[in-house]
Amino acid sequence: MDGTPLKEEDLKKVNTIVYKPNAKYAYSAGQAYSKFLLGLKEKKIIGRRCNKCGRVYVPPRMYCDDCFRPTDEWIEVKDEGIVETVVASFISWTRERIEKPEIVGVIRLFPSRDKDWVFPGLFHRICADFEDVKNMSLFGKKVKAVWKEERVGSINDIECFRVVE
Amino acid sequence: MKTNLYFRRVAVIGAGLTLFRRRMLETPQELAWEAARKALDEAGLELKDIDCVVIGSAPDAFDGVHMKGEYLAHGSGGVRKMVSRVYVGGATGVMVPNTAWYHVASGLCEKVLAVAEEKMSPARPHPQSIFRYIWDPILEKPLNPNLIWIFAMEMHRYMHVNKITKEDIALVSVKNKKNALNNPYAQAAANITVDDVLKSEVLVWPVQLLDTSPVSDGAAAMVIVSEDVARRYTDTPVWIEGVGWTLDNTEWTGRELAYPRYLEYAARMAYKMAGVERPNKEIDVIEPYDPFDYKELHHIEGLMITKRGEAPKFLKEGVFDIDGEIPSSPSGGLLGVGNPIAAAGLMKVISIYWQLKGIAGKMQVKRPVHTGVAQAWGDLMQASTVIVMRN
Repeated sequence: MDGTPLKEEDLKKVNTIVYKPNAKYAYSAGQAYSKFLLGLKEKKIIGRRCNKCGRVYVPPRMYCDDCFRPTDEWIEVKDEGIVETVVASFISWTRERIEKPEIVGVIRLFPSRDKDWVFPGLFHRICADFEDVKNMSLFGKKVKAVWKEERVGSINDIECFRVVE
Repeated sequence: MKTNLYFRRVAVIGAGLTLFRRRMLETPQELAWEAARKALDEAGLELKDIDCVVIGSAPDAFDGVHMKGEYLAHGSGGVRKMVSRVYVGGATGVMVPNTAWYHVASGLCEKVLAVAEEKMSPARPHPQSIFRYIWDPILEKPLNPNLIWIFAMEMHRYMHVNKITKEDIALVSVKNKKNALNNPYAQAAANITVDDVLKSEVLVWPVQLLDTSPVSDGAAAMVIVSEDVARRYTDTPVWIEGVGWTLDNTEWTGRELAYPRYLEYAARMAYKMAGVERPNKEIDVIEPYDPFDYKELHHIEGLMITKRGEAPKFLKEGVFDIDGEIPSSPSGGLLGVGNPIAAAGLMKVISIYWQLKGIAGKMQVKRPVHTGVAQAWGDLMQASTVIVMRN
């Protein structure tokens, strides 16, 4: 037996269950994320610091993973950082082909140092071209948040991160 | 030097696999049954001899059935027995024998049937959309992420930090798909070139279609028993000598992605238990988890077979070829055999078992083998499971 080859039209013949469950989720943002989201509304990126190990949590965390004690203070980090990694997506979240690639990556926010294993890091869009991703010139570049005019307290209040130098 | 822990020795005496294919007509339970029956037959046991059953499956959402442990129980021979389901994302496949190991090592059970099953095809339009629910609902999901994003981000970081090219990485796909030509269960075996990989569809740069493993359905099973039982049923048991597993934090955005630290921790645990002091010298054959081609290199480094950033160099020199010094993924791995998540991980352990028992057929590596390692990895780049076996 060699698996089950199917053509697209065959797929329309099989019984598929299509329904939209009326299941809605109201996630709790919790203390840390709430403060973070309110901060975004004010164009601020807010984190928490553990004074025992010195680790800065962005997005914030009310407890320190490693020390297993409460984190100590709110701090505001810069809306600037270094591109840790960046990719260009040619597929949507349902795996449909998209023509203009979406550029996303991780930004290591300041204050942090090159050699830090853990750091305040944010996953977001990066305003750049596919070419910059492909030739890997974006790595290590300094980027700054581009804020939206109308902010509602969401991760999308940041349009993207743009290269500043 | 081995640890001082006191536990019973544990052996593998049987294994079974189904074909790995897209859109299998069998139900998940039927797949589990087929693999479990084959494993019992190889061991020479009947279901009535089995004390406990361990079931492994990744998210329920793939099969589209909730509570997969209970759902699979009768196909896995678990009715009226001690059944537990383990789930650590992609790392599940190796967590299944690890869990069976401590069932036996502790003295709780004599004979355990360990089953892993995954059926990824049912999700429409594509299983990719199911992965949406593993992201943080508040800070990540609003960006409409696709699961391949995180692997692409990790791969690109790995390339940048270690100065590794796409060509270096594509060699893994070429090797594994070629090894899979020898594997009768394989879904994606092929003779391809580095050029084919580089010309395939770009999904999320730097990940292209032939850098990835396919969507698959399949099941795998093993019979894992105490030393007394093993001696009665076979002259050539394969011993589970070390197990290890670790989770890192979920904040993958806040840590270095170029090196799998969580895997190093898991590997150290397993090596210590097995008395492996120099992994690059003492391990004869490895099955590192390879849902993406860069992942095999990443994991070879995490398993401390090479230093950081050096796996591509050894790959190019042929060290990891089937006739090399440390053959890697002689089964063909996930890239070649297919990726029904939990079943794929257990398939890797079964491959090592067959190698050590000397019954791997055309997949058998050329050099004599004594110690083998299989490994799996999953979740948001945070879970890793390792198993060390000897003959």
